[in-house]
Amino acid sequence: MSVATPPIDLHAAQVRKFKLQDMFFHQVTLLFAFIVLAALAGILISLAIEAMPAFRQFGLSFLWTNVWNVPEDQFGALSAIYGTVVTSIIALVIAVPISFGIALFLTETCPAWMRRPLGTAIELLAGVPSIIYGIWGLFVFAPLFSKYVQPYLQTAVGDTPIISGWFAGAPIGIGILTAGIVLSLMVIPFVASVMRDVFETVPPQLKESAYGVGCTTWEVVTHIVLPYTRVGVIGGIMLGLGRALGETMAVTFVIGNANRIVGSLFAPGTSIASTLANEFGEADPGLHISSLFALGLVLFVITFIVLAISQWLIKRGIAKQGI
Amino acid sequence: MSAPHTIADSDAILSVRDLNFYYGDFRGLTNVSLDIAKSKVTAFIGPSGCGKSTLLRTFNRMYDLYPGQRAEGQILFHGKNLLDKKQDVNLVRAKIGMVFQKPTPFPMTIYENIAFGVRLYEKMSTSAMNERVEWALRKAAMWDEAKDKLQQSGLSLSGGQQQRLCIARTIAVKPEIVLLDEPTSALDPISTAKIEELINELKHDYTIAIVTHNMQQAARISDFTAFMYLGELIEFDKTDSLFVKPTKKQTEDYITGRFG
Repeated sequence: MSVATPPIDLHAAQVRKFKLQDMFFHQVTLLFAFIVLAALAGILISLAIEAMPAFRQFGLSFLWTNVWNVPEDQFGALSAIYGTVVTSIIALVIAVPISFGIALFLTETCPAWMRRPLGTAIELLAGVPSIIYGIWGLFVFAPLFSKYVQPYLQTAVGDTPIISGWFAGAPIGIGILTAGIVLSLMVIPFVASVMRDVFETVPPQLKESAYGVGCTTWEVVTHIVLPYTRVGVIGGIMLGLGRALGETMAVTFVIGNANRIVGSLFAPGTSIASTLANEFGEADPGLHISSLFALGLVLFVITFIVLAISQWLIKRGIAKQGI
Repeated sequence: MSAPHTIADSDAILSVRDLNFYYGDFRGLTNVSLDIAKSKVTAFIGPSGCGKSTLLRTFNRMYDLYPGQRAEGQILFHGKNLLDKKQDVNLVRAKIGMVFQKPTPFPMTIYENIAFGVRLYEKMSTSAMNERVEWALRKAAMWDEAKDKLQQSGLSLSGGQQQRLCIARTIAVKPEIVLLDEPTSALDPISTAKIEELINELKHDYTIAIVTHNMQQAARISDFTAFMYLGELIEFDKTDSLFVKPTKKQTEDYITGRFG
């Protein structure tokens, strides 16, 4: 027994050393992870502090006041919130069906040799810098849009009540609708690749069983694939929404930057992000700067909530594997 | 070649002739010819990878879902070649139902799991549908267990119950042939016994083709047995004859456990 003791002690020392190393490693990585959280909290707190004067001056009604008068120091976020929300909705209305089609094609009907290249191409679209979309939108898309699409849209809707109002006004190319369309191109890759990923989680046997009772591809998709992946699909749409809400450069290029709310989608407008991009450089200290910070805070909170919900839904959607 | 593979004293509902199957360049089945007898149970046995599941999946064109897989030859069903490009695949699959190795209830209620397939092909009133659902569940010996939870998710059932639900779902469409691809390999012995009992019941109304790894199971439940090896049909005969006096050496080696 006494002979065996020394090696055990040695062993114990070794174990202690490993433990120490492990603990050190653990603490260091924890610190790194914590830096991210600290940065997040720091941004939120500094935004809130800088936004305080504006909220003190205008109260919560800042959120629903439609005025942006720099000389008279009167500020309200409504026009920017309106532009942000409306462009994002347009983007989703266009992007969701297209992404849905892309994802279904990639997972259900695409020939095997096309699957990889096409999937990669769509993911690469997500990597195009947003300023490129902005330049393309302003110099290529907007002129074509004003010349070939807008006049025909107006003729097509004619005097239809409500809808004709959306397409009223001069076809100048830039405006809310153009921003929404450019945004839709930018969110398609995100929405499509999330949808593809969740569609791929449907067990092949489940699809085969549905084909086995005589379903067509369309019936399999609507009755099996969609119900099975519903949560993940909604998560993907929310991810696209989060992207669209916060997108800055491309929107700034094509939205027209007018701080007002006009019923027509052809009219120039503004979004929270584009207002910040345009005015921060030349804003005077005081209420103007503070109001911009307040806008930033509003955007931060909205996108944070949207993205958090989307991540949660996507995780739940993908976790639901196996039968 | 074709003589031992046809059945003289029964009507054939499916006649397979010179069937070759390819996974891309790989040949999965070589010149398979046999008849599936009407209202009988035909079992397919053989070591893993011998092509028995592949053969079963040609009967309802399931391979169509996968690019690169193709079949050549003839599978005659009511005088028409199922492999014909013009053949409506969905109709084939409604007539030739399939149950898989793993239970695959659809993500919906027990009731809907059964009504779903029926609705694809038949318009019927709610009461008629209720009757059909009850009929199918009774046929699958599931009614007593399921009648109080028709509105619960199919996923809430146990594995064996899920598999019987899948069988109920398949026969609810009133197919002529039911294909079973190792239906009990994921189940415990008691659930397996129930399914085997069920197969015995069902063969009065349906033609059944079953792939199984379990030779005792094939011997217990089938009328005809096909032994396959490396993509070829080695021997096909009445189950009693095949297990008692196999004519081919390979068959004998396999059923006596010398390989496989």
